[in-house]
Amino acid sequence: VDQPNTDVIQGTLDMLILKTVSLQPMHGFGIARRIEQVSRGSFKVNPGSLLTALQRLERAGCLDAAWRQTENSRRAKFYSLTRTGRKQLEVETADWTRRVTAVARLLKAEA
Amino acid sequence: MSVSLWRQLTRGLRALTRRSAVDQEVADEVRDYLDRATAEYVARGLQPEEAYRAARLELGNVTSVSQQVRESGWENLLETLIADLRYAARRLVAEPGFATVTVLTLAVGVGSTTAIFSALNPILFQPLPYPDAGRIMMVWDIFTDGSRADVTFGTYQELLERSRSFEALAVVKPWQPTLIGTTEPERLEGQSVSSTFFRVLGVPPALGRDFQASDDRAGAPRVVILSEGLWRRRLGGDRTVVGRSITLGDDPYVVIGVMPPGFENVLDPSATLWTPLQYDMSQDRAWGHHLRMLGRLRPGVGTDEAAAELARIAGTPVREFARVPWASLKNGLTVNSLQDDVTRGVRPALLIILGAVVVVLVIACVNVTNLLLARGVRRRAEFALRAALGAGSTRLIRQLLTESLLLALLGGAVGMAVAMLGVRALIALSPPELPRVHAIAVDSSVFAFGLGLTTLIGLAFGLTPALQAARSDQHQELQHGSSRTSSGHRRTRSALVVAEVALALVLLVSSGLLLRSLQQLFAVAPGFQSSRLITMQVQTSGHRFDEDSTTYRFFEQALEAVRQVPGVTAAALTSQLPLSGDMDIYGVHFESSPTQRAEEDHSAFRYAVSPGYLETMRIPLRRGRLLDEHDRSGAPLVALINESYARREFPGIDPVGQRLRIGPMDSPLYTIVGVVGDVKQVSLAISQSDAVYTTPSQWRFADNVMSLVVRTRRDPTALVPAIRQAVWSVDKDQPIVRVATMDDLVAASAAERRFALILVEAFALAALVLAAAGIYGVLSGRVAERTREIGVRSALGASRGNILALVVGQGMTLTGVGISIGLAGAALASEIMVALLFGVSHLDPVAYLGAMMLLATVAVIACSVPAWRAARVDPASTLRAE
Repeated sequence: VDQPNTDVIQGTLDMLILKTVSLQPMHGFGIARRIEQVSRGSFKVNPGSLLTALQRLERAGCLDAAWRQTENSRRAKFYSLTRTGRKQLEVETADWTRRVTAVARLLKAEA
Repeated sequence: MSVSLWRQLTRGLRALTRRSAVDQEVADEVRDYLDRATAEYVARGLQPEEAYRAARLELGNVTSVSQQVRESGWENLLETLIADLRYAARRLVAEPGFATVTVLTLAVGVGSTTAIFSALNPILFQPLPYPDAGRIMMVWDIFTDGSRADVTFGTYQELLERSRSFEALAVVKPWQPTLIGTTEPERLEGQSVSSTFFRVLGVPPALGRDFQASDDRAGAPRVVILSEGLWRRRLGGDRTVVGRSITLGDDPYVVIGVMPPGFENVLDPSATLWTPLQYDMSQDRAWGHHLRMLGRLRPGVGTDEAAAELARIAGTPVREFARVPWASLKNGLTVNSLQDDVTRGVRPALLIILGAVVVVLVIACVNVTNLLLARGVRRRAEFALRAALGAGSTRLIRQLLTESLLLALLGGAVGMAVAMLGVRALIALSPPELPRVHAIAVDSSVFAFGLGLTTLIGLAFGLTPALQAARSDQHQELQHGSSRTSSGHRRTRSALVVAEVALALVLLVSSGLLLRSLQQLFAVAPGFQSSRLITMQVQTSGHRFDEDSTTYRFFEQALEAVRQVPGVTAAALTSQLPLSGDMDIYGVHFESSPTQRAEEDHSAFRYAVSPGYLETMRIPLRRGRLLDEHDRSGAPLVALINESYARREFPGIDPVGQRLRIGPMDSPLYTIVGVVGDVKQVSLAISQSDAVYTTPSQWRFADNVMSLVVRTRRDPTALVPAIRQAVWSVDKDQPIVRVATMDDLVAASAAERRFALILVEAFALAALVLAAAGIYGVLSGRVAERTREIGVRSALGASRGNILALVVGQGMTLTGVGISIGLAGAALASEIMVALLFGVSHLDPVAYLGAMMLLATVAVIACSVPAWRAARVDPASTLRAE
């Protein structure tokens, strides 16, 4: 049985993370689930890639990270968007939109 | 931007320094993810165990996720590098033999190449340190025999007016004034120059002014320009010195300028002060061949154009510039660049040394290749195992690159030390005629080139095991361990050894030929007995010697005083000393020579010698009589000539009683009273020896520089202070310089050949050792590979002798092939050495046989160690090991 491809489109993971975190600070698991839910299951995030991307974005200054207490006194690493991250998100969103529009236009023209 | 950079740096450093805390954080985060996923699956209604399994499935391998996160930072690369380096270092320590040989090979190759290129670069390749140095030319007169000669002032005057090729023309001659100051008198090396001298070189004084045409007229006020070194040493670097005067001899000279600190005077590096020549055409000396002429070409004028123009001028005499017969320019003039001129004498030796060092570098490269190939074979099993355990091929290649780079780095460090020591040794060994010695420094670009080359080789051949591991069947490799080698591989290594042996033989033959030349050279009789002879130059300076009689009297009294020194058996004076660099040549005209050659064809060394000189030097008398006390001014003029000259000029006729003129046609006739043995004047290798001897008082002027030769009973150097005191007891102001034993002068005249010999010998030795190491390495490798086979052989009854013979035979076959190729190579290569050879053919059998035997002996020794190891293989244990 052919399973639908649920890989995150290459090069978009950073943008998806930034967008997700822009609403509120979140931990890694929360981000993964959120992306799955909002995409209605179209994308499943690979945890290894996610955590690596989070570390990279944190080092790049797009995210701040902090350990915080959560419900039933567990600790989790929460990521929040920085000013740099917000700018980065805008740039990437604009870029993405431009490209998607272009692809859509091409596909329409073919049809 | 800066935030991210800061974070990259701090986070990375934190990961490096607090590895466990950072690892724990990553592990916590992964753990948290797993817990939350499990909780979610439970919330969806799964049993706790199933939920945990589902969460694990989603996350994947916890360890590898953590690792993935950890490895994403830059610090990870650094950590791997450090781990690789540590591992590489451990590997090298585990194989000390391999490591030492490789590092030393690299060091010798890179170090010696760097040292030699560093030394030769300023001499052969770099332009001279003047602006547009390529435009500075030397101009020479040509003698009938085709040799180059110094020009006369007359020729200079004519060219100044008639030549258009040069922006400026200058003439220069040595000048040795005595500086009188607060301390004892010091004789300085200087130059008398035309006012254009510094303009030709293109370097004006840094302080004060350059010479002007008005300084260079006969009778103009005496002025002097100082070198920066002299100015600092004797005048304390005083900037107000310009315009003041210093005393040279008995005369005040006004200092008008000081040259800049870096100014190099390649024509005479020892010159420290300059004064105008102040010649004019009315002077006798205007027609003496004793001036060096140099010129700066106009921009756009080539050497060929200048040569053509000078040839035209030489061929068309004009009335305004009447020429004398001995400067008639009928053989033309020659032009060559100053650079060529400076390197002319040493170029053949230097090119041969350069060739030798390149051969050593090639052998070093071949050896490193061989060592790394052999090592690759030994490590195939290791790499197969690591590949089987999951090491990616990039990881393996990175590991090998690290090892190669570590080797190159170590080799480079030792090589740099070799280069620095080598340069120092080269300067210490350099023959006196080697120009620009103080411009020699370790050349970093050459070093980088050599190191880069060997590193590249290291990288290329060091990678083979990793490539093989990536390519080949790991299972098979693991099974066979290191016991098998592809035959292609073995052939490559054999070919490399053959190449090494051949190259080493070329160098050995070359050094053998040089050694034989030097032997032959020292077997040449100089024409006098050099043992227990001490020589020194005595000069008169000051106006009290303006009268020739004062000079004669001073020298006679000084000589008498020296003869009284205890331990002196004989002493004499001569106006020029054999093998000392003195060169005083006059045209000689025989009143009635049966050969009737043109006048300017007869030129000979002119010696004004005190009676007793020939006896002191032990130059043998062949005919007639020697000079004695009666041959003084007023007495009939007499002269001696040497025997080969006499034979050539008076074949079958008794030369005694014949008459000759020395110099111009209006000079008086001397009667030949004796014939003496030939003497080597210029060097042992040059047989030009035509000579005319007169006494000082019968010569037409008083030479004010004379060389004292003293024969002593015992060690001549011990008497130097006493001899000096004896001269100074007559007049304490006269400088004494150039003190040397005659033996030293004889040795120094072969200095250039000796320099080439020492270096080529050193390189031949290095090549021999490297070739032996190569043979040893290849045979050891083969013995190790064939342990089983050897075990089987001895189990089947081969004796130790058989096995020894087998291994040595293999080694000597390679050596034999190498030697045959090397012989052909040496025969070709030695042809370029002809300029340096003396008394031996470039195919001298002694040199070739000697080199072959030496190489063969060393090869046998190199073979015998692995052969011995093979002979001791215990058949039982090797067969059991299967």
